[in-house]
Amino acid sequence: MIDLVAYGVIFLGIAFFAAGSIGILRLPDLHSRLHALTKADNLGLGLLCAGLALLDGDTLNAIKLLLVWLLVLVASAAAAHLIAQQALRQAEK
Amino acid sequence: MYLWNLLDFSLAGLALGLGWVATSSRDLKRSVVFFIAFGLLLSLIWARLRAPDLALAEAAIGAGLSGALLLSALRDEPDAATVGDIKRGQIASLVTLLSLLLTATLAWVLVQTLGVADPIRLADQIEAQLRNSGVSNPVTAVLLNFRAYDTLLELAVLLTAVLGILALGPARAPYHAGGPLLSGLIRWLVPLLILIAGYLLWVGAHAPGGAFQAGAMMAAAAVMLRLGGQAGAGLPKPAMQRVALTAGIAAFVAVGVARSAAGYAFLQYPNGWSGILILLIETATTLAIATTLALAYIGGHSGGGEPVDSAVTEPPAGKRN
Repeated sequence: MIDLVAYGVIFLGIAFFAAGSIGILRLPDLHSRLHALTKADNLGLGLLCAGLALLDGDTLNAIKLLLVWLLVLVASAAAAHLIAQQALRQAEK
Repeated sequence: MYLWNLLDFSLAGLALGLGWVATSSRDLKRSVVFFIAFGLLLSLIWARLRAPDLALAEAAIGAGLSGALLLSALRDEPDAATVGDIKRGQIASLVTLLSLLLTATLAWVLVQTLGVADPIRLADQIEAQLRNSGVSNPVTAVLLNFRAYDTLLELAVLLTAVLGILALGPARAPYHAGGPLLSGLIRWLVPLLILIAGYLLWVGAHAPGGAFQAGAMMAAAAVMLRLGGQAGAGLPKPAMQRVALTAGIAAFVAVGVARSAAGYAFLQYPNGWSGILILLIETATTLAIATTLALAYIGGHSGGGEPVDSAVTEPPAGKRN
């Protein structure tokens, strides 16, 4: 039963990644593309990590996966902000 | 099984595609970005081949630090794209030919190897001797014990490379101080990276990790510091830099000479001491690799925080960005 839930969560995560990838390809400008990208990172990876933790069942590994997710959250949020800031600065010039 | 094959074929196809785009693109910036993606893909392939040590090293050094190096080189040479255009035509066909030749040779060797009926596998010999090596991670056992010579000479290669970099002159132009967000991120990430480096160094004895991965993590901390505006990238004074640069080789040679003097083979660890000696050598090697990679990123000798001579270290105004 837990496995079934885990696979469901993983597929949901993959769906977010797919949506994010399509967004990068289809959206018109940099800022909306960044929006699509960070959603895929944050929610997609979070769901993937949750699913993998459920599949694995080990608490220590679950904590490691949680830390991986948090690290990517912080890094991708900061990176997206920096890219957007730089783009705004260039647009002003 | 079928699904795994599908994954493997897509990984191989993606590697070919990314490699092609990275080498054939006329825009150098585009090439560099695709090269970084190629490095990350390679690390996935290593993971799929069940070589997590290599996957870690490829992600940290092949994609991460090489990418940072290439990007900083691009920043300093904005006109390099035109130079590339002139030379590309002459060299490209030769490089293609040599690459095809190498690929054909490797494919032939692989086919020959698969045909051998009862192969002598090195992995079995390592497995048989692993308990004598002082560590339980076979990769570390090979790198630091069975073939310690190789690692010593690799460190010598790294030292030679960094001597060349130091001989090229002063460091490249530093970056502007980062805004509050970048500074905050760096304040969080640098201690974390040092902690991860220590973890990788320690865990290398019994699980994937070791000096190269740990050194790359510390070098990544240096890259972050420099991107945040610290010209010296957090490196110590030049005298200490030299100590750190030679630490790995010094530790290896000290152990080797001491054992030779006692009448044993060079780098033949005494019984029961292998574990602690490997940890000592790996710690020194981590420092050496971290300093080497950090200096490579800086691109020359630095005063280590305090500019020695402002006329030399102060960059021309146009180069900062």
